[in-house]
Amino acid sequence: MSTATTAGAREHARAQGGTVVDCMPIVPATRLGENLTWAETIPGGGYASRRLARGTTLRLTDLHGDACVSVLLFNADEPWERLNVADTVKVLWQAYVGEGHLLLSDQGRVLASVTAGARDRSDTFCGTTTRAGNTERYGDGSAHGPSPAGRELFTLAAAKHGLTRRDLPPSISFFQGVRVGDDGTFTRLGPAGPGATVELRAEMPVTVLLANVPHPLDPREAYTCSPVEIRAWSGSPTAHTDPLWSRSPEGERAFANTADYLTARGIA
Amino acid sequence: MTVSAAESPALTPGTIVLDQTVAARAPWSAIVRRGQVLTIVDLHGNQAVDCLIYRADDTAERYSAQDTLAAQGGIFLTTGSVLRSSEGRPLMTVVADEVGRHDTVGGACSRESNTLRYGHHTKHQHACVENFLAEGAKWGLGKRDLVSNINWYMNVPVDPDGSLGIVDGISAPGLRVALRAELDVLVLVSNCPQINNPCNGFDPTPVRMVVTSS
Repeated sequence: MSTATTAGAREHARAQGGTVVDCMPIVPATRLGENLTWAETIPGGGYASRRLARGTTLRLTDLHGDACVSVLLFNADEPWERLNVADTVKVLWQAYVGEGHLLLSDQGRVLASVTAGARDRSDTFCGTTTRAGNTERYGDGSAHGPSPAGRELFTLAAAKHGLTRRDLPPSISFFQGVRVGDDGTFTRLGPAGPGATVELRAEMPVTVLLANVPHPLDPREAYTCSPVEIRAWSGSPTAHTDPLWSRSPEGERAFANTADYLTARGIA
Repeated sequence: MTVSAAESPALTPGTIVLDQTVAARAPWSAIVRRGQVLTIVDLHGNQAVDCLIYRADDTAERYSAQDTLAAQGGIFLTTGSVLRSSEGRPLMTVVADEVGRHDTVGGACSRESNTLRYGHHTKHQHACVENFLAEGAKWGLGKRDLVSNINWYMNVPVDPDGSLGIVDGISAPGLRVALRAELDVLVLVSNCPQINNPCNGFDPTPVRMVVTSS
């Protein structure tokens, strides 16, 4: 097919439509189901971001058992309110994040609750990787190279929401766990295995950034990271009658603060 | 002035270029030049010193607890710990420590998180984030620039089941920790005002900040 003319170039470009690859968005997501609002598969070394309505459930699936997804969350309306990993572990007296944990903002509110996910396959300590670190480890850490660093991908994802590197706080990673020993040192638990899932429920309107890159403590010589599948669907946020609302006194006050904020904001 | 090692409040030899006492509950900040050493003195014992570090010539690059912990393979800061930036670059190195371990997992207290941790009656108590915001504003820093910080002298163990919390400290009056700047850095400190947990022995006290040049 000649691309020497605009007509030829247009025909050539249009002939590419409809191509299906393993890692791509399905648009609109409703093609897969009435309530779906996001359907995409992110490759290893890839990223994605989305604004999600309150009540949305976001399910991440480690398709082949070697995904490692770092997550950042922001208040979609006031992005200077964002995930605070320290508060998330300190306020709830628990470092290992899994089902029933609340992902807290720096304003004492619940950005999202974890409605499914294994506590031994998450990491609040190590964050994601840097360009300098990946250059040392794999020879390259740039976003366009063969071994992108998580922070480089987060920088791009953030930019699409008007945010910069200043807006990137510590993150939480899923599917690859670490354990802390008595002496404080880490033991890497490795991946959760193919088909592992994590589900987050947005408790306020949020912007979510996802970077799928090898864990900083991954010992393998080769940059190893497999695709993660995203599915999101609309639903209801945690109700005050839900057992999760009152599972802990700290969490109950976080839900109360969130309801208070959203009511004043006119969106609850 | 140069003082003898026996008289010096600093933990490493050098000429004192700055020697200030930070009042209980107050913020503090200073530029520490490459090669200079900041000694922090826990004057009265078990006083959490919340600390953030920024590259002086580009504050968008700042301390990263996660990069620091991943690189050293564990959660406690002590002699030898390299305090890394969000880009993985060494900002400061812990060159001496008389306590044994310090925290960088627990973050700073805030009015907002206090409402969760202790109840809404604590909303109008002073907190570290208030100090960071007030002091950071002097350098053009704002809320977006606050990330997980270091808590010198604070004791935060992680139990085998993942339970963690701020427990009684292991510091004592006069114990010091010394940090060497690996490049020009801005050090932002909140002398923690928390009174609802043992991080300050329920009694916030002054600390001393000494910068030396070799």
